[in-house]
Amino acid sequence: MIMTLDDLNPLMPLLIVTATAIIAMLMIGIRRSYLLTGAIAITGLLIAAIVAATMMSYTNQQLTPLLIIDQYSLFFTLLICAAAMFIAILSFPYFFNLDDHKEEYYLLLVVATIGAIVMVSSNHFVSALLGLETLSMSLYGMVAYPLHSKNAAKYPLEAAVKYLVLSGVASAFIVFGMALVYAQTGSLSFSSLLDVSGSANGLSDSYSIIALLLITAGMAFKLSLAPFHLWTPDVYEGSPLPATGYLATIGKAAMFVLMLRFIITSEALSFPSIVMVFSLLAAASILAGNLLALSQDNLKRILAYSSIAHMGYLLLAVIASYSTEGSISIEAVTFYLLAYVIMSLGAFAVASVISSSEKEFDAVSDYRGLFWRNPWLAASFMTMLLSLAGIPLTIGFIGKFYLFLAGVEAGLWVLLAVLVIGSGIGLYYYLRIVYQMLMPEDKSLQYRIAGIESLSSYGVIAVLVFLLLLLGIYPAPVMSIVASVSAYL
Amino acid sequence: MILVVLISVLFLGGVLAWLSEGFDAKFPRVIALAAVVIDLLIMLSLLAVPESAESAWIVSLNAQWMPNFGISFHLAADGLSILLLLLTGFLGVIAIGSAWNEITERVGFFYFSLLWTLAGVVGVFTALDLFLFFFFWEVMLIPMYFIIAVWGHENKNYAAMKFFIFTQVTGMLMLVSILLLAYFHYVQFGWFSFDYLDLLKVNMSSRIEMWVMLGFFIAFTTKLPSFPFHSWLPDAHSQAPTAGSVILAGVLLKTGAYGLIRFAIPLFPNASMQFAPIAMTLAVISILYCAKVAFAQTDIKRLIAYTSVSHMGFVLLGIYAWNAQALQGAVMTMLAHGLSAAALFMLAGGLQHRIHTRNMQDMGGFWAKVPRMAFVALFFSIASLGMPGLGNFVGEFLALLGAFKANITLTVLAAFGLIFASVYSLWVIQKVFHGEYKNTDFDDAQLSDLSRREMFYFAAMMLGLIWMGMYPQSFLDLSEATLSNLLSVTQGVVSSVVQQ
Repeated sequence: MIMTLDDLNPLMPLLIVTATAIIAMLMIGIRRSYLLTGAIAITGLLIAAIVAATMMSYTNQQLTPLLIIDQYSLFFTLLICAAAMFIAILSFPYFFNLDDHKEEYYLLLVVATIGAIVMVSSNHFVSALLGLETLSMSLYGMVAYPLHSKNAAKYPLEAAVKYLVLSGVASAFIVFGMALVYAQTGSLSFSSLLDVSGSANGLSDSYSIIALLLITAGMAFKLSLAPFHLWTPDVYEGSPLPATGYLATIGKAAMFVLMLRFIITSEALSFPSIVMVFSLLAAASILAGNLLALSQDNLKRILAYSSIAHMGYLLLAVIASYSTEGSISIEAVTFYLLAYVIMSLGAFAVASVISSSEKEFDAVSDYRGLFWRNPWLAASFMTMLLSLAGIPLTIGFIGKFYLFLAGVEAGLWVLLAVLVIGSGIGLYYYLRIVYQMLMPEDKSLQYRIAGIESLSSYGVIAVLVFLLLLLGIYPAPVMSIVASVSAYL
Repeated sequence: MILVVLISVLFLGGVLAWLSEGFDAKFPRVIALAAVVIDLLIMLSLLAVPESAESAWIVSLNAQWMPNFGISFHLAADGLSILLLLLTGFLGVIAIGSAWNEITERVGFFYFSLLWTLAGVVGVFTALDLFLFFFFWEVMLIPMYFIIAVWGHENKNYAAMKFFIFTQVTGMLMLVSILLLAYFHYVQFGWFSFDYLDLLKVNMSSRIEMWVMLGFFIAFTTKLPSFPFHSWLPDAHSQAPTAGSVILAGVLLKTGAYGLIRFAIPLFPNASMQFAPIAMTLAVISILYCAKVAFAQTDIKRLIAYTSVSHMGFVLLGIYAWNAQALQGAVMTMLAHGLSAAALFMLAGGLQHRIHTRNMQDMGGFWAKVPRMAFVALFFSIASLGMPGLGNFVGEFLALLGAFKANITLTVLAAFGLIFASVYSLWVIQKVFHGEYKNTDFDDAQLSDLSRREMFYFAAMMLGLIWMGMYPQSFLDLSEATLSNLLSVTQGVVSSVVQQ
């Protein structure tokens, strides 16, 4: 097949982000300027997001066997670019006073975004692995970034090494699983395992199941589903806040989309044992995530455990996708991922706006009396937490509504019961933070005095709160968009 | 449209009250009072709307909200809703009055929370789309959480958390039931709908109907509350500030009863009729057990909280007897208990505000010191024990009368509740106001009698109770059309169950 330049058009967002990385790199070579590098990264991501949004209505194309650019991938490209842009904005004040070279951080962030975009647009094992590793490699760097700083707030080295080693093992599992699938189907692109396992040239069913189990284990690790979640709280706690935010939102969302595409194309859920494994993973994640979060005193660890639980909630809708006709459960996953990205990003944004690379305010008790000291910031944080808990008026509630609907349609009663119990437990630790903010203020706490550089971070929080409430009160337009993009999967 | 105004006045009033604190700490309460009074006037104006012949809905509004799922913004009010709206508006004014001088910190946010709670309640009483109903059901929760958690007493975190988790978790069970109902509508008719009037037509197999009904039942009886889901109430009440208790006891509990009458039984007539004996048994256990527990309390607010559970047992009994008299009795008890419990909580709150204790063992012989307060307390105690001539008597009598037709044994047992009620009500009066004057730990001067403002509120509530007791027909007429409508919905089912 001869490719012409026109064929590259659908790749526009990916190319723009790549160009951004290159320009930023050259720029650092010419002149080191934190502000300029940041501005380049933010602008590039913004343009990519806008381009992705404009392309969404008409593009639907398999581009080489490696990448598929359809509405679904563009929807998530838009989400990822926008989220990455927000994180870039939040990083600016956070690393402002870092006593080390700061510019390359943006480079890592943009490269990680390239990986994430590739992940959501891939339906081929090679591109999936490339995207995954590009994302992970850049994330190791982002996690370890304040390593040479004399007064780094946390333990970036511990976090990065832990993440590197365990993530490497998980990737190995995935690769081995891919090899087994290849032995089965003779093709590296995602395809149905059902057709081959019965037929003459294919191997047996149990062979497919082992392959799927290996891939599932690796992906479950990356998504920090229990019992593969052990790395999550430590890595979350040890990383600088913006990197944690990136890992928790874009890292998870991109991985989830990739997994969803793989599961649906490979028809993995038509094997009853795989459904069983997924159900166990979902139930374990919901319960473990919520129960372990109860006794935590560190905000980042709480958010880590809560993200484990949220991934479990999402898995419920994935399981539902097999037994329901129509795309309601795919819509549920899509909408909940959108909600999850907005609300977790918001929570990390609030934490990072009062923290900096030298001092992070991430103990729950640090938020004592925040509501009386800075009512707008605290009110924003409360909306984020209540949204994570799934309370109405917020996008989190509409997301929960979707999940419940998907579960009811598929008749997953046990998992629904677990979801109710898990959400009930979850209320406790979210409300604990809310209660801390409502307590009389503690005068001895000195937050970072927000300078002019934080203004845009407050803007990010305002935008996120606005989206969160708007989509919680009047979600109809976004619901239609989600419904139309989900039909492509 | 008028219903949207009703809700948005409260929402906007809340925001305004909060913002106005920046100018002057006295503004929020004035703005809050104005908003609630405007609402009360609008509610009264609804009474003047002429009844139409073809439908029981006096006002209604239906707009699209999330068309993909057949969710609409459907508000409507009939006689029953209007009665409860009036109770909400009236107690809203009283609650603001009771907070007038008691709340001195974070005033703006307090009135914001109070008005948003009321807005949620008004929404619950008027929503006819189940999604919207659930939405308001949860909206009233968070501000109430704030009221308990910020302005509560010594153990407020525990109480607020317990309140929130109990109602939220059972609320989620209801959400699952609502979704099931919508899904069955989808299966039968081919499109999603959350509209009450559409969902009434859904048919389900009897086993499924029972499960779906239970989701609603648990959510509503937790709010009501009834044994065995009542344990959050004593904690929430004893820790909440007075205005919080007034709203909680007077209005929030009634949303549970309203939900049972409006949704749980009409939507699932078969399952409800099968379940009725169990529900009525729970009601009798609530009445007797909580009366007994109330008697064992030393904390005056906990005592009143337990008596609330006991009285709400009569409501539950009346609802599940499901005949005209019993339902009228349940509605009447809701209204009368709304006033009497609110008044008792205000008295308890007033005492606590004055002498900083709720422990009855530290009280005694207050009659000579505060005669007006003692008189008011005696009046409302007698009202709540069911003295003929006052509203509570009419309600409980009608509920028992109706329940007698449905289940004689349980009704006889429940009637003992009236005796227990006399015991604990008079016991409180004796402990606090009679006997030797006891002063353990407070300044005599602090124990001042009711002020003129306080007397005004209590007088209004007394008048209300006397009116209900002397001329109940004016209230019964309003709810009659609604209740007979609901009864006719389930008519066929009831007769078939009785024949079995």
